[in-house]
Amino acid sequence: MKTQRVVITGLGVVASNAVGVSPFTEAIKSGKSGIQFHSNLKDLQFSCQIGGIPEISQELMDTYFTALEQRGLLATGLIYGGIAGQEAWADAGLDITEEVDPDSGIIFGTGVLGVDKLREAFYRIDQKQVRRLGSTSVLQTMASGISAFLGGKLGCGNQVTTNSSACTTGTEALLMGYDRISSGKAKRMLVGSCSDSGPYVWGGFDALRILPHQYNERPEEASKPMSESAAGFVPSSGSGSMVIESLESALERGVPIYAEVLGGCINSGGQREQGSMTAPNSSAVKSCISKALVEAGVNSEDIDLINAHLTATAMDATEVQNWSLALQKSGKNFPYINSLKSHVGHALAAAGSLELVSSILELSQGFIFPNLNCDTIHPDILEIVDEEKIPRTLLKKNLTIIAKASFGFGDVNACVILKKYSDGDKSA
Amino acid sequence: MTAEVIQDKLKVIVQPYVNHQENFDNLTSKSDFINDLQINSANLVDVVLDVEDEFDIRIENDDMEKMISVEATVNVIQKKLETK
Repeated sequence: MKTQRVVITGLGVVASNAVGVSPFTEAIKSGKSGIQFHSNLKDLQFSCQIGGIPEISQELMDTYFTALEQRGLLATGLIYGGIAGQEAWADAGLDITEEVDPDSGIIFGTGVLGVDKLREAFYRIDQKQVRRLGSTSVLQTMASGISAFLGGKLGCGNQVTTNSSACTTGTEALLMGYDRISSGKAKRMLVGSCSDSGPYVWGGFDALRILPHQYNERPEEASKPMSESAAGFVPSSGSGSMVIESLESALERGVPIYAEVLGGCINSGGQREQGSMTAPNSSAVKSCISKALVEAGVNSEDIDLINAHLTATAMDATEVQNWSLALQKSGKNFPYINSLKSHVGHALAAAGSLELVSSILELSQGFIFPNLNCDTIHPDILEIVDEEKIPRTLLKKNLTIIAKASFGFGDVNACVILKKYSDGDKSA
Repeated sequence: MTAEVIQDKLKVIVQPYVNHQENFDNLTSKSDFINDLQINSANLVDVVLDVEDEFDIRIENDDMEKMISVEATVNVIQKKLETK
């Protein structure tokens, strides 16, 4: 039974177009692309030689990792998540103490962690050098390496775990943390997700021929959700992170509140009907969105903006159609809709959390970031949604409610409803 | 190589893993890696690997188990260097 309202009090972000909440806010407002050409992908004969990789300075490394932690650290997802998680914690005004905090936990997801570390280990093992793997091979390559690392840094004594549900991971993590707080099992949860960068994560997608190969000379133009010329998703990486806590706890601590999590839904299409390992069952998608509204206690008229999953594939029109049917809205009545993937590409397991951070910034500051590379909207989408609802420039707009959904391989879905928090609304 | 020289080199090797600065500053041959220097036990394997690289020797599991203090480690290194 739901007993506690849940609010967001801290944000952290490591994205391919900016690292840190303030630079990221500016980047998504101005439509800065994080997609670049990477010569190692060319050397390895990838079809798609572009991707999104966050730039991490040594100064930033020294802020968040000790010299010892940096030794032999090859797990890029752990680096991104380690930074984003600690940034969110500090942003929420939480201290790191010597005491363990039994009321704070972590749900921080990933797809695969530390592939570059695994690669190093495989080579050493095959060279009969297993004894020389060192002490961090396990810590950098276990999926829960990220939640374990953050748990130790922050001294969290509640549940500390890692979830994994492909591209749904980040949104699922928020909803799992939300459940834990609303049911009274924790006061605060650090939630988020991270994804490694580079050829050993992206190779499998290149092999599936679902990445664009036409933009190696024009990387910034490649990620085109909702565009007529969408040619596949651009692989990316990074991490988004949020501190969520009971409204009671936030008010007690007297910290600023970014937004409220009203509720949501997680489901699966069971790989039935049109659903498969790689494609969603539309009935389940619609049901996920509808149930999220019910859980949140809002009507479809209340949705001001959809922060969509939209990856820039042939499935974009299907996703828009599913939103339209689930909300019973179309044309000029359809909410505004945008996709962060036009800025940073598809950060896979980190996509949901990065996009949630962008949604929360839109809510709290009153803007809608532009959809990039979408000069010509796909005609199938224009049949459903009026063009003005797909902003291509920054819109200053007071928003009250955003719906955010993520869909992932395995036919899994998650949809969450976020609301702007106002001081007048304090009944915990 | 004298025990003193080995100990000086060892001090440089263990420094990144140390969690007790004062005991490290006052390091003696009697210093215990875990109790005095508060090195995380998982990092002892890293100390051994760094020792192998620094002295160009190979340390087997039996010897590794003995390497829990400065003195014991210096002894293992010295023996290995003698039989090189």
